[in-house]
Amino acid sequence: MKLDRTTIAIGVVTVALLAASPVLPKWAMSLLNVSLCYGTVVLGMMLLMRTGLVSFGHGLYYCLGAYAAGTVDQMLKLPDMALMVAAGAVVTGIVAAILGLLLARYRDIFFAMLSLAFSMILYGLLVKSSALGSTDGFNISAKTLFGVALVDDARRYAGFGITVVLTTLSAFALNLYLRSHRGRLAEAIRDNELRVEYMGASVRATIHLHYVISAVLAGIGGALMAINIGHIDPEMTYWPQSGEFVFIAILSGTGNVFAPLGGALVFETIRSFAYEYSPNTWQMVLGITMLIVMIFLPGGLWSLIQRRKPA
Amino acid sequence: MKIGTVLRAFVAAIAALGLSQTAQAQDKKTSIKIGFVTFLSGPAAGPFGVPAKVAAEAIVESLNAGKAPPPYQSKGIGGLPIELVIIDEAGGATKQVSEYRTLVQRQDVDIVIGYIGSGDCLAVAPVAEELKKLTVLLDCGTPRIFEDASYKYVFRTRPHATMDAVAATMYLLDNRPAVKRVSGINQNYAYGQDSWNDFEATIKTMKPAIEIISSQMPKFGAGQYGAEISALISSTPDVIHSSLWGGDLEAFMLQAQPRDLFKSAQLVLVAGEPYLHRLPGKIPDGTIVGARGTNGVFAPDSPLKRWLVEVYKGKAGLEPNYPAYSTAQSFLGLKAAYEKAMRDKIGSAIPMGAAKNVKEEMEKAYSPPNQEEIIAAFEKITFDSPSGKVRMALGKGHQAVMGTAYGTTRFENGVVKVGNIKYYDAEKVTPPEGVTSLDWIKSGFKRSN
Repeated sequence: MKLDRTTIAIGVVTVALLAASPVLPKWAMSLLNVSLCYGTVVLGMMLLMRTGLVSFGHGLYYCLGAYAAGTVDQMLKLPDMALMVAAGAVVTGIVAAILGLLLARYRDIFFAMLSLAFSMILYGLLVKSSALGSTDGFNISAKTLFGVALVDDARRYAGFGITVVLTTLSAFALNLYLRSHRGRLAEAIRDNELRVEYMGASVRATIHLHYVISAVLAGIGGALMAINIGHIDPEMTYWPQSGEFVFIAILSGTGNVFAPLGGALVFETIRSFAYEYSPNTWQMVLGITMLIVMIFLPGGLWSLIQRRKPA
Repeated sequence: MKIGTVLRAFVAAIAALGLSQTAQAQDKKTSIKIGFVTFLSGPAAGPFGVPAKVAAEAIVESLNAGKAPPPYQSKGIGGLPIELVIIDEAGGATKQVSEYRTLVQRQDVDIVIGYIGSGDCLAVAPVAEELKKLTVLLDCGTPRIFEDASYKYVFRTRPHATMDAVAATMYLLDNRPAVKRVSGINQNYAYGQDSWNDFEATIKTMKPAIEIISSQMPKFGAGQYGAEISALISSTPDVIHSSLWGGDLEAFMLQAQPRDLFKSAQLVLVAGEPYLHRLPGKIPDGTIVGARGTNGVFAPDSPLKRWLVEVYKGKAGLEPNYPAYSTAQSFLGLKAAYEKAMRDKIGSAIPMGAAKNVKEEMEKAYSPPNQEEIIAAFEKITFDSPSGKVRMALGKGHQAVMGTAYGTTRFENGVVKVGNIKYYDAEKVTPPEGVTSLDWIKSGFKRSN
């Protein structure tokens, strides 16, 4: 198999992040952690956007992944990181496969609003369930990784490690997929569905598949977030959360699998420093950033890097 | 080239981070840096978040100037001035956990005081434990924090919300023993549900003959209560229980009054006290209001209360509401614990009559107490606050208990007066150590087995 530059870069970044983890300041590690979790979700958003679809309800899968992980921890009493992430991926995959039957028929604003509706249904259900802590949610705590017990710092490093590995693995797999025949259909579908059908490919099946892939990525991101943050609540499927994913996806651009990861890191860094330096107007800082990017970099932050490439 | 760019940026970033880490040198303490987290945006900012922030600024200013009444007359905390770092609590528990880490690890605060939302408190407590950082929870009400877990580094200097429901029922039955039909309107989120469940359970335990007719659960921030008001009117209750607050409470009151809901039914507002200051005259006569403790109008007159009213009015031009009292409790509790730790150190460290190492021992004894020593002093402490004595009695000495009070409103000469105030001791309205709130209510308020 011929390695493309993105694949090599993913490998390099993975190794570099893991190697840097002992010397990183703790706050930077948690910033990276959160960014990578968001990045994983936005990887899925990117795939949908390439296919010409914007989901305003990806919080649904992000939250579902987190609650699946929480269920494994709290109800089944199996607080293993790997198991929690696996549960998140499987549950979101199944739900997306079912909802996809309906959603794959819709485009544009109808797709966006339907996905939003489903995410708000989950929100409503969670808020009404006192047993799950309603809006307060509940704490979860992953104690083992592949059966190995973790304490104190080891837990933090394990959380970081599994986040780095799974995020970069997701990026690697998605990159591979985007370069495959089916993966290349994404942009074709966005540009002209009729032609794709004439070519003999099924638009609906491809959209359905992309929807499931993006949901599973969101589920993995949600489960990882649950492990790293240690607390989950219905806010994860509330519409502003889904909006944030769209925000990061637009900020990043869809040029490369590195775009969502870098975009999420930029977003989290800006937000974190805005919280610190302008506690009363941090929302405005984010809004202005968005405006600047949309006006000057309509292709997202990734176009800064792409532009340098010789034509 | 693309990889090169990415790589170079990455290496540069790592190098910069490494440098910034080594640059954080430890120098001698000249101030106590407190991270203060409260709602600066969102629905809870107006009634709770901003009053807490104003109170924190006013209190810190006054403490730093050494102007607080005894026993808090020493400057700052233990002589060191307080430096306040304020951040917004908005954005949900995930972001709050990230920001908590930032406060502790990047901003390097000594102590964190904050959190009004129960979800935020629940999420932050285990992280405080992980980072080993003394954290004082400000105003959240859920009893789950110390009933579901136990913490070493986390304290809550205000009582939890169970007593609100228990005391409300006692007050109601004391004043209207003939009450027969009760309804409720509470927001459909954790606090609203808990509040109603506690109230319902208390009524069923104390007087099973009372009929619970209808429980309305509009969603948080609904704004429109037409359907709920119709349901309440048609259920003809004697009493309506409500834990609504902020904009929701105001909207509900404005919409319910023209429909004469309160002509036949008496209203019990568990968290109604901040509302008295915001819209005087719009609250019907005979409404039973609570302040989630002996705060605000229920605070007994004392030099500390007069001090809080004075410094708060100086900044905000309004009477302090109960979140302001909670804020005072958190700062004064911390100050009391810190200064107790200092005294304990001096009292125990000097070896009487020992000639050796006297200088070193003295220096050690008079150095600021470390976190472990503050925590040891904080546990089970009793301290004075503008709302009266606070005892850290539950949660292994980490959860405050206080008495509470309820009163009935009367509109007189343009101001809302609260009369017929009844006080309830902490023991009567708070579960004992080791028993969860709902179990305690259902057991018939047993104090021991």
